Amino acid sequence: MNGVNDFSFKIGTVNGTGSASANGLLMQAIFRMGIPVTGKNIFPSNIQGLPTWYEIRVSKDGYTARPSEVDLVVALNPSTYAKDVATVRPGGFLLYDSSWPLDPDLVREGITIMGIPFGRICVENFQGDRDRTLLRNIVYAGSLAALLNIDMDVVSGMLSEKYGKKPKLLESNHKAIQLGYEYAKANFQCPLPFHLEKMDATSDSILIDGNTACALGAVFAGATVGAWYPITPATALMEQFKAFCEKYRVDKATGEHKFAILQAEDELAAAGIIIGAGWAGARAFTNTSGPGISLMQEFIGLAYYTDIPAVFFDIQRCGPATGMPTRTQQADLLSLAYASHGDTKHLVLFPANPGEAFELAVQSFDLSERFQTPVFVATDLDIGMNDWMVKRLSWDDSYRPDRGKVLHKEDLDKIQKFSRYLDVDGDGIAARTLPGVGGKGAYFVRGSGHDKHAAYTEDSDAYQELVDRLKRKFEHAATVMPKPVFTLQPGAEVGLVTIGGCDAAVREAADRLRDQGVTVDVMRIRAFPFGSEVREFFDAHDRNFVIEQNRDAQLRALLAVELGIPRDSMTSILDYGGMPLTAKVVVDGVLRHLAQVPA
Amino acid sequence: MTSIAKPPVRHPSSRTNGLGLTLRDYEGAMSTLCAGCGHDSVTAAVVQAGWELELEPHRIGKMSGIGCSSKTTAYFMKQSHGFNSVHGRMPSVTSGAAAANRSLTYIGVSGDGDSLSIGLGQLSHAIRRNVNMLYLLENNGVYGLTKGQFSASADVGSKSKKGEANEQTPIDPVLLALTLGATFVARSFSGDKKQLVPIIKAGIAHKGFAIIDIISPCVSFNDHEGSTKSYAFTREHEVEAVHTDFVPLQREITVPETDEEVRTVTLHDGGMVRLRATASDYNPTNRESAYAHVRACQTRGEIATGLLFVDENGRDMHDYLRTPATPLVDLPFESLCPGKAALDSLMERYR
Repeated sequence: MNGVNDFSFKIGTVNGTGSASANGLLMQAIFRMGIPVTGKNIFPSNIQGLPTWYEIRVSKDGYTARPSEVDLVVALNPSTYAKDVATVRPGGFLLYDSSWPLDPDLVREGITIMGIPFGRICVENFQGDRDRTLLRNIVYAGSLAALLNIDMDVVSGMLSEKYGKKPKLLESNHKAIQLGYEYAKANFQCPLPFHLEKMDATSDSILIDGNTACALGAVFAGATVGAWYPITPATALMEQFKAFCEKYRVDKATGEHKFAILQAEDELAAAGIIIGAGWAGARAFTNTSGPGISLMQEFIGLAYYTDIPAVFFDIQRCGPATGMPTRTQQADLLSLAYASHGDTKHLVLFPANPGEAFELAVQSFDLSERFQTPVFVATDLDIGMNDWMVKRLSWDDSYRPDRGKVLHKEDLDKIQKFSRYLDVDGDGIAARTLPGVGGKGAYFVRGSGHDKHAAYTEDSDAYQELVDRLKRKFEHAATVMPKPVFTLQPGAEVGLVTIGGCDAAVREAADRLRDQGVTVDVMRIRAFPFGSEVREFFDAHDRNFVIEQNRDAQLRALLAVELGIPRDSMTSILDYGGMPLTAKVVVDGVLRHLAQVPA
Repeated sequence: MTSIAKPPVRHPSSRTNGLGLTLRDYEGAMSTLCAGCGHDSVTAAVVQAGWELELEPHRIGKMSGIGCSSKTTAYFMKQSHGFNSVHGRMPSVTSGAAAANRSLTYIGVSGDGDSLSIGLGQLSHAIRRNVNMLYLLENNGVYGLTKGQFSASADVGSKSKKGEANEQTPIDPVLLALTLGATFVARSFSGDKKQLVPIIKAGIAHKGFAIIDIISPCVSFNDHEGSTKSYAFTREHEVEAVHTDFVPLQREITVPETDEEVRTVTLHDGGMVRLRATASDYNPTNRESAYAHVRACQTRGEIATGLLFVDENGRDMHDYLRTPATPLVDLPFESLCPGKAALDSLMERYR
């Protein structure tokens, strides 16, 4: 880091003061200059008043993990001055609001301190408390544009796009950005040693968050029923689904909606609604987070036991209990894999970023209908709510939904008798009928013991036959679930195994380890149940590290239980404080363990 | 749930309805409820109503939760798809099914335990959503499957089989439904088929959420001296609000000549309910007077029965959702997926 197009900076503000749009403006401007960039919003579970940070990483090499160190801090929240100043790397820079005298907390040897009177500039140039507060953010964005060499034409263009229809707002924002820019130019050596220069590395990319990408996946997969209960960090997923449906699925002539979104009274009802809709033949989904998954357990077991498709998006956050709702974690793995009481096992997908979230969201509906079972798409707060730079989403118009084995009237006419849970093909998947089909297609869904004909039973053999079929179905699913993604290096004896949003940090760590003489292979698991190739990766390496974001090594536990891999043969690197993973945590963890146990 | 298939024997002289179906075609499996259970009388009334309405059995979704009452769905219309969900959560499953396929008729059967304790929230929100369904609440004031605990509808002073008196205030589903804005509220007695059948028919025809609280005595755990939901108690204390008859518009409507006061409520689908009020000032389209009537009866220790309130102008869930007449499950994928060109264009928004 610390050079042209290779640095990071952080802005510390107070939640509720309108800094989000200024921070988004900065990141998007860098992106539009063709430079790879990532933004992480570190925000509190609070409407206003508590500290919030925005971290922007610029990486000409395309690394998108959270930065390990910060070159520049913009300290605008007095309550976090001391903490913020401490995070600047030695030799780095600090920018603060000099409308007031320099706070002793801001003084630190070995960094360059720069003061710009953002508050005073706003008081002198704008009327009203609201404008003065909001435009202070735009002023600091202007100063950063000068200090970091952000193309002002790009910024102006973006402001025009945003406020084109609101001339007064456009004018005040233009003025604010210019004031900040000019003050920095006049008072400091601009640009700083680390700064931006135009590249052409983002033209095939977009900036998008995972919740939006999942919502798009649901739209493109043909989902028609969505039910949910508001919860951070999953809320935006359904809101985006609604917005896209209103864009693409409303008949302009009649005003009719080709979708149904029900805001349920709680997560239990949300699960019931999508299970009812799935039973009736619709592609249906809910979006929630860990506490919601806890509440849905009973219904999840019902859907599993009665072979009903339903898709659950779990945007994981820090648990247990209410935990830290605005911090990220991967601590729902076990509760998703085995959700509900009794012997249950579920299909789970783990996207690594919003681009993959879109693809796996579409696949989740196919898998759910094909296997007639709940499918979970497990992302996390970092993927769900932060803007990620990913390849433009693409779509193949030849796609058709995999509706699985559904018998229609003409199919029923050809058979003697329909038995709902009869495994004709030996893959554990029985054919279903949809309500209303008539003829011999009617059957009874019941969560109590039932046999292959769907009739009530308390007979041991009939019960076991049914639950064994469900197990067979699960084992069959393991052969078609999305395969892991491998990043291999010749001669590597060390394996790094990871999941979901850890991907960017782990792949970056693999490069850094190589630079330090440790070659590693990386396997990122994308689905549960695991395919045979997962076991093979472990067998092929002398040392295996499992990197995940929870306290109890849940992925490692799943690997041990499901594949029989000895727990002691897998070294865990765990990061569960709620922040997105950095490459440094991985590199340090691997080196520390390798030093402790010589190969 | 237990279910034993009935032998498929039909008397050659069985009457058929317009679809050519006999009453037997609207029956389900053999009941395994206790002999004399009020719920079986409800089953018989549903069978009768379905036959008279000439419903196509396979176009019915039979929905229930868990409990004695929730077994009822197995005992009628064996050609219908059934869904025995989880305790108290039938309303959400039905809401989802109705959202997906509005062309089916949904008959939900629940009990007082299922509806008024574990499922009170879901019942309330199904009312709030005005889901187009018939909700039969088989109310016996007791948990039968777990052998006799009081339910939330047990009256103060009502005694359990062991002689213990209930001290907590009951939740009255009719007052609850009226308060929450239900658009069809009725109460009946399982032993009064004459009254119950037309109300069920009207409830099915109602566009929106139709709840019928059916006092349905439990012969095993709540039909003893001291119970306020026993056969004897109910028969002695029943007060019919209105005599109800249901006449679908598809048939010729004949109104018998009478000097008595008759109120006609036109249903949204064209069907109508004729209400013969026992009291000349009873107005079944006025929520406040319905509430007052039920409360007044309660004060006198009486049970108001009949169609107590109906509002055929309410907006149902599909009105709020603005869904098309074609069920969502029948919409072609091509009309749901925006396609490659739309996605490519959309991507510019994320630049």
